[in-house]
Amino acid sequence: MAVTGLILIGYLLAHMYGNLKIFAGPEAFNAYAHHLRVLGEPLLPRTGALWILRAVLIVSVLAHMYAAFNLWSRAHNARGGTRRYYSNKTRTGVQRTYASYTLRWGGLVILLFVIYHLLHLTWNIIHPGGAAAEPYERVVNGFQIWSVVLAYTIAVIAVGFHVRHGVWSALTTLGANTSTLARQRLNIGAYAVAGVLTVGFLLPPFAILFGFVD
Amino acid sequence: MDITLRVWRQANSRAKGKMAVYKVNDISEHMSFLEVLDVLNERLTLQGEDPIAFDSDCREGICGMCGVVINGVAHGPQQTTTCQLHMRSFSDGDVIDVEPWRADPFPVIKDLVVDRSAFDRIIQAGGYISAPTGTAPDAHATPVPKRDADRAFDAATCISCGACVAACPNGSAMLFTAAKITHLGLLPQGQPERYSRVVGMVAQHDVEGFGGCTNIGECTAVCPKEIPFETISRLNRDLISALTHGGSHWPKAAPRRDELEEEEDDIIGF
Repeated sequence: MAVTGLILIGYLLAHMYGNLKIFAGPEAFNAYAHHLRVLGEPLLPRTGALWILRAVLIVSVLAHMYAAFNLWSRAHNARGGTRRYYSNKTRTGVQRTYASYTLRWGGLVILLFVIYHLLHLTWNIIHPGGAAAEPYERVVNGFQIWSVVLAYTIAVIAVGFHVRHGVWSALTTLGANTSTLARQRLNIGAYAVAGVLTVGFLLPPFAILFGFVD
Repeated sequence: MDITLRVWRQANSRAKGKMAVYKVNDISEHMSFLEVLDVLNERLTLQGEDPIAFDSDCREGICGMCGVVINGVAHGPQQTTTCQLHMRSFSDGDVIDVEPWRADPFPVIKDLVVDRSAFDRIIQAGGYISAPTGTAPDAHATPVPKRDADRAFDAATCISCGACVAACPNGSAMLFTAAKITHLGLLPQGQPERYSRVVGMVAQHDVEGFGGCTNIGECTAVCPKEIPFETISRLNRDLISALTHGGSHWPKAAPRRDELEEEEDDIIGF
């Protein structure tokens, strides 16, 4: 869970950096997308590096989902079913973060979004806002529709919460949380990564929706 | 003070339980929570009803025997044991929900009493050191850095009450297990078994049916001994070290409660 989660966060940071290229104009954005396909040439065949990355990501996602299902099922059995306490008085827990609530359902939201996202911008199977050959146009066409931006925003906020608890939890599981000071630093670090990802991913779609990029 | 208690009543581990409502009048705000249950039980006994079964022993917050979930929080609104919780933490006219620890590895024996022997088996799986017999060595013969001694002592204050499990949204006993790992793993006497201990205790923890830790931290909010969260990271550190060292000599987990019961049933049946 921890290792695959950190791999996926690393990928998200790189993905976010690529997205921000949209502010550098169509040439820079399309050249970046093209560059990903020829990365490592001639040492690697065309799209070779991309497929290595994809393989790592697919394995990480599957392992992450397997671990999540395993944890959920163990927790479900350990709690002895769905209704644990009859008292409704402390349903939000004593000190747990809101982010820790959203892990499992938020993870499902992210999964559904990733499928839609691949269909739209990677595989070019669905075309909200009109089909286009170049990635830049595809992005701009899609994000001129408010409902597409809304779906994207919900997913990115889910990612933000997921990463907030994920960074903290992954590094605790890997043994980096052994003092009060380390705990404070981990919390600050987790908020920082989650904040950077959320804002970084939301900037391009809103810039397009409000017409700053076209 | 007049309060209303909604208490979990369950005749035995196989019976289906339910919440029962009792009014308790004229109690002092200086009474402990368990004393209120005592008062109620005296009345129930006089009325010829079955008194509410609950665990308690020292009633000074040091033995770990008592513990109920009050209004959805293990040990109630104060971060202490249930016996050290006083009625001044509540208001006149409150309706207070009282339930047993809930976790599959902690079956309810009766009313508010649960079987916590799963903890004993986790301890048997590694919560010990091997010391030669004979004359006790001098207390100052083995130096321990002050920092390690303090942290080991903080972890050693765990009284195994089980509130961490009752509070954990995953039903995990990781804080309990981690307290023992930290307590023994930071001291020189605990070093020979340091890695087999963490593997054995975590394996037993999982076999007992406790959930996995997802670092939510509800356990530390209810722990009456304020076992720090970093013990869990320390356990993970030792576990990663142990697993990367490898070895086929790691201890195997003992069977869990219901498997033990089946064995006993077999013997009786035979």
